[in-house]
Amino acid sequence: MLSVDAAAVGTAPVLLAAAPGAAPPPGVYAGAASAIAVLVLLVEFGMLRAPLLRTQVRLYALQSLLVATLAVVVAAARGIPELYALAGLSLVLKVLIVPGLVLRLLRDADAEIAGSGALGVASTVLVGIGAAAFAAFSFGALDISSVVLPKTALALSAAVVLVSFVLMIVRGDVVSQAVGFFSLENGVSLASLVVAAGMPLILEVAFLFDLLVAVMVFGVLMRVHHARSGGLTTAQLTRLRG
Amino acid sequence: MRTLLILLCVLPLAPAALALVAPVRVVQAATALLGAASFVMALILVPRVTRGSIAIGFLRADALSVVFLLAVSFLYATVSLYTIGYLRESEHTEGFPRYARRFYVGLNLFAAAMLWAPLVDGLALLWIAIEITTVVSALLVAIENTDTAAEAAWKYLLMASAGLGIALLATIFLYYAGSTALGQSYDLAFTPLLQAGARLPHTAVRLAFVLAVLGYGTKVGLVPVHTWLPDAHSEAPTPISAMLSGALLATSFYAILRYYQVAGATLGSTFPRGVLLVFGVASLLLAALYVLDQQDLKRLLAYSSVEHMGILALGVAFGAPIALAGVLLHVLAHAAAKGNAFMGAGVFVRAFGTKQISTMRGGLDRLPLSAPLFLCAILALSAMPPFGLFRSEFEIVEGGLGAGSYAGAAILVVLVTLAFLGLALAATRMVLTPGRAAMGAARLRGPEPSGWMVAPAVIGLAALVLLGIHPPGDLTALLTHGAALLGGGS
Repeated sequence: MLSVDAAAVGTAPVLLAAAPGAAPPPGVYAGAASAIAVLVLLVEFGMLRAPLLRTQVRLYALQSLLVATLAVVVAAARGIPELYALAGLSLVLKVLIVPGLVLRLLRDADAEIAGSGALGVASTVLVGIGAAAFAAFSFGALDISSVVLPKTALALSAAVVLVSFVLMIVRGDVVSQAVGFFSLENGVSLASLVVAAGMPLILEVAFLFDLLVAVMVFGVLMRVHHARSGGLTTAQLTRLRG
Repeated sequence: MRTLLILLCVLPLAPAALALVAPVRVVQAATALLGAASFVMALILVPRVTRGSIAIGFLRADALSVVFLLAVSFLYATVSLYTIGYLRESEHTEGFPRYARRFYVGLNLFAAAMLWAPLVDGLALLWIAIEITTVVSALLVAIENTDTAAEAAWKYLLMASAGLGIALLATIFLYYAGSTALGQSYDLAFTPLLQAGARLPHTAVRLAFVLAVLGYGTKVGLVPVHTWLPDAHSEAPTPISAMLSGALLATSFYAILRYYQVAGATLGSTFPRGVLLVFGVASLLLAALYVLDQQDLKRLLAYSSVEHMGILALGVAFGAPIALAGVLLHVLAHAAAKGNAFMGAGVFVRAFGTKQISTMRGGLDRLPLSAPLFLCAILALSAMPPFGLFRSEFEIVEGGLGAGSYAGAAILVVLVTLAFLGLALAATRMVLTPGRAAMGAARLRGPEPSGWMVAPAVIGLAALVLLGIHPPGDLTALLTHGAALLGGGS
C-alpha cells in the first residue's frame, strides 16, 4: 500500500520504500484498484500541463473512463450490482455527453490554446505535486477504513480533488476552469467508490443528473462569456472588485 | 398536513410552467398568488411542527425546517409583487416577452428549489436541492446579459460549484460514518442518523462537518469563501438579489445547521461550535470593514449579508438555547430586512440611474415613500429597535454572555456597531442630504417608479416591527422548539 502512495506522489519513493513495518503486499484486486486510482491522478496531472484545450477535454473523458472502469471492477469483485448501472450511466454522461458538449463549444469558439495562467507549466506541476502530496498523506493518515477498496484509493481521490483545485486556480480560461470542476467531481466519485460504494442507487443517479444540469449551465455561461468577450480567456474578468 | 408538504414542493412549478406559454400578466398574477399561498402554507405548518415532525416519503418538516420555509416563502411572496413593478419599465422594449419568460421560469424554479431544500428528508437530497438553487440562480444572475453580469455569473457558478463539490464530499463521508452504524442501504435521512449519532465514528463525522461548513459555507458567504457574493448580488436583477441575499444564503446555512445537529449528536457541541466561531468572526470582521468604505449600493448590502451570516455562525457557536432561538429569529428578520433593503435599493438605482452611493443624494425629495422605507430597512439591518433584528441580536449576545463567551459577545457587539456606522452613513447621506437639484429652485419630487415596488416594502416593514415588538406565541414556540433541536439532537 505504501509503495502505491509513493507512486501517487511521485516525489520521494526512496524514503517511503524504506519505511519500516510496512503492511503485507496487497492482493491482485487491491493492487489493480490502486493502480487505476493512480492512473486517475496521473491523468489529472496530464490536464494540468496540457496546452491544448481539446487535449484537456479528452483527458477528462479518459479520466471519467478510468473511474467508470474502477466502478465495474468494484462491482464485479465485491458483488455490488448497482455499481454496474452507475458505471454505465457515468460512461454515457461523463465519457460521451459532457466531453462531446465541451468539444462542440470549442469548435464553435474556434479557440485552441488554454489561457496562460498565473504560473508557468513547471511551477504549476510543482504546486500540483505539493497539493497532491499534502492531500494523499493527510487523508492516508485518517482513521477511515473501507471494506470495498484499499485506503490508498481514498488518499488518491483527495489528491485528485486538490489538484483539480490547482487546475481551476492557475488556468485562465473558462474551458479549463469548467473541466477542472468536472474532474473535481471525478475525484469525489472516486472517493465515493471507496467509502460509499453501497449508497442507494437512486441517490447516485440523482447526483449524476445534477451534474448533467450543472454541465449544461456551465455550457450556457461559457457561451455567454464567449459571446460577450469574443474569447475564452478570463483575463478581463476583473471589473468587479472591492 | 402531509399534503401541504407535497403542495409546497409542487405548486411553485405551476407558474414556472405557465411562464413558458401564458402572457406576462397572467404569469405575474400566478406567481404572486403562489408566493402568497406558499407563505400561508408555511404559516399553517407552524403550530403543527411544534408538536413534532411530520413526514411523507422523501419529505419531512420539523421546527427547524419550517423557520427556513417561512423565510423563503415570505421573500417569494414579496419579491413576486415587487417584480411586477420592476419589470414594468422595460415592458415596451424589444425582446421583453422573451426576457420576462426566462425571468419568471427562473424566479419560480429558484423559489421552488429553495422550498425543497428545507423540506427534503436527508442530507443527500438536501445537497441536490441546493445544487439546483445554484444552477438556476447562476442563470438568473446572467440574465441581464451585460459584461459585468456575465463575469459575476461565471465567478458565482464556478465558486459555488466547487464549494458544492466539497459539500458532496462531506455528504459522502457522512454516509460512510452512518453506514458503520446503520448498514449500507440507508439514504442519509435525518431521524435515523441523529438517533445513531452517538455510535458514529468520530474522525469521519469531524471531517464531514468541516467539509460541510467549507462547502456549504461557500454558498452562505462565509469568509474566506465569500468572494462570489458581492459580485453576484450587485449584478443580478434586484428581485433576484433580494432572493439571493434573504433566502438563498439562509437556505445554505440550513444545510450547515443539519450537519451541526449530526456533529453535535456524535462529537458533542465543542468541536462544531469552535469551527463556526472561526468562520463567524472572520466573516463579521471582513464584512464590517468592507461595509465601512463601499461605493456601490448593492455591494454594500451584499457585504452586510456576509456580516449577518457571520452573526448567524457566531450565534450557533455560542450554543446557548437563547442564542440558538435568536439565530432562528435572525434568519426570519434578516430575510425581511434584507429583502426590504434590496427592494429599496432597486428603487433608488432606478430613480437615479446609478449604483454609486456618492451620486445619490436627496432621496427623500425624490422618493417620498421609498426613501423612508429604505432608511427603516437599513436601521433594521443595523439592529435598531423596534425591529426584529434588534431582538434577535440581543438574544444572541445575551446567549453569548450567558454561555461565558465574553470575548465572542464583545467582538460581535463591536463589529456590528462598526457595520452600523458604514450602513447608516451611506443610507442617511442618500436619503437626507439634499440633492443638487433640490438646492436650486425646482425641487425634483416623485413620482415613485411604481406602487408595486413600494407595497412589498410596507409588508416587510410590518413583519419586522411585528417580530421586534411582539412575536406571535406560535412563532416563539417554533423558535424555542427549533433551538431545542439544535441544542440536543432530536
